[in-house]
Parts: sequence; structure tokens; C-alpha cells
Amino acid sequence: MKVTNYIKIEFPSRSANEALSRNVAACFAAQLDPTLEELGDIKTAVSEAVTNSIVHAYPNDVGRICMKCRLFEDRSIEISIRDWGKGIADVEKAMEPLFTTGDDDRSGMGFSIMESFMDHLKVKSQENKGTTVTMKKKIERKNLS
Amino acid sequence: MVINGEFKNGKLTVFLKGDLDHHAAREAMRELTLKIDTHLPRSCVLDLKNLRFMDSSGIALILKTDKRMKELEGKFCVVNVPPQPKRVLNASGISRIIDIREAGI
Ligand SMILES: Nc1ncnc2c1ncn2[C@@H]1O[C@H](COP(=O)(O)OP(=O)(O)OP(=O)(O)O)[C@@H](O)[C@H]1O
Ligand SMILES: [Mg+2]
Repeated sequence: MKVTNYIKIEFPSRSANEALSRNVAACFAAQLDPTLEELGDIKTAVSEAVTNSIVHAYPNDVGRICMKCRLFEDRSIEISIRDWGKGIADVEKAMEPLFTTGDDDRSGMGFSIMESFMDHLKVKSQENKGTTVTMKKKIERKNLS
Repeated sequence: MVINGEFKNGKLTVFLKGDLDHHAAREAMRELTLKIDTHLPRSCVLDLKNLRFMDSSGIALILKTDKRMKELEGKFCVVNVPPQPKRVLNASGISRIIDIREAGI
């Protein structure tokens, strides 16, 4: 399908970039005229994916994170978040609700939230190579009354 | 993220303002724990009226606070939850375990 617009940003895995990246994604999505709820869902899903790269992919150092957002002509937005960190040994298991390798600052709900707030979620990962999370959401046209 | 507290008649009310994400959560948890340990309240109310954004880092903070209040044999509830945090609470299922209300205790 035809891509009508895109952006690509790269940033270091510092926690201050969590707010920055989710707000960039929301600004980009705004051209589809989403509802506040849809915008909130996109922000939340991006925050989960970026936080995962910061916390899990690069636990002891600062690494590179790349976020790409694409718009398609059917009014869907695709967001991918990529890191070159630790990777995930068993993706299926990692995506189960409540599964976490983190401490009690983590609840194991990140992937479940991404799944329920976006229409599609795909996770590609290889140990010690990195992880790419790709999410898609269609923004329905609002009836102008 | 700004955290303010109010203690009266054994009840501690904590107001969270701004964005509660991983970046803000550690400091927020530290301050919240400090307030609870200082006052040892009979009940703790977490007021989210001015919370603009919350992700799963907020879930962990709420669950930890609930655990701490259970240790103190006190009550805990979350009030005035805006729409975005509410969707996160509902999606995570913790609205079934935690006392979430429209107004205070
Ligand atoms: N980018 C990543 N790199 C390496 N491991 C990851 C990555 N993303 C997720 N994981 C692994 O998948 C697990 C589940 O992730 P999920 O986001 O669902 O929960 P969490 O991050 O542990 O907790 P929460 O998101 O609720 O704070 C993580 O604990 C971690 O082991
Ligand atoms: Mg996570």
C-alpha cells in the first residue's frame, strides 16, 4: 500500500527520551485527525516499546534506538521501534501478560498494553542482535456533523 | 512530574501531576514511600486528577503502594482517574484488584 508520509528519528536510550518519542509519534499521527483516545493509545504504546528498549535492551549502557512512523493511504499509521541491544530469547513467552524479567518496578504488562491499544503488533528479536517492535493502527475517518 | 501530599486525621492524600512514565517513576515512588513512612497513615489516597499521562510504570507504582499499605494494615485507593490512565488501568486488569473511585475515601 502507498506510503503517504513518514518520519524517522534516532536517539540514545536515555529515559528523558521516553516523553520525547511518544510526543513525536503523537504529533505525526495528528495529521490523521485522531480522537484524543486514539492519540492516547498511540502515545501509550510507543512509551511501552521505547521503555522496553531503554530498560531491557540496554540495561547497563546507553544504546541506539530508532523510531519510524509511516502513514498509509488507508489512514493507518505504522510505528516501528528498533534497538540493537540484548534481544529476547523467547518472544512468545515475553509477550504473555505478567511475564517480566525486570524487578518490582516492572509489571510485565507492556506488550499486553501495546496489543490492546494498537490493531497489530509484531515483535522480531534475536538474542544479542536486537529487537524490532512494529505496531499498526487504523484511524477511522470522523463523520463531520 | 510533581508530587504533593496532604495529611489529616490519619489520611494521607498524594497528588500526582504530569507524566508518570519510567523516567518519572523512580523519583515518584521514592517520594511516595517517604510520605507513607513519615506519616504511617491509616488510609492513603492517590489522586490522579492532574496526571496527564501514565504507562505500565504507573501500574507498578500503584501495586507497590497497595502492598505497602497492606503491610501497614491500612486502606488504599486511587481517585479522579483521567481517561488515558483509566484505559491503562483497565487494559492491565488492575482495576479489578485495586480500589478505584470517583472521589476520596
Ligand atoms: N527491547 C527489548 N529488548 C530485550 N528484552 C525485551 C525488550 N522488550 C521486552 N523485553 C523482554 O520482554 C519482557 C516483557 O516485556 P513487557 O513490556 O511486556 O513487560 P516489562 O517491561 O517487564 O514490564 P512493564 O512493561 O509492565 O513495565 C521484559 O521483561 C523483557 O524480558
Ligand atoms: Mg515493558
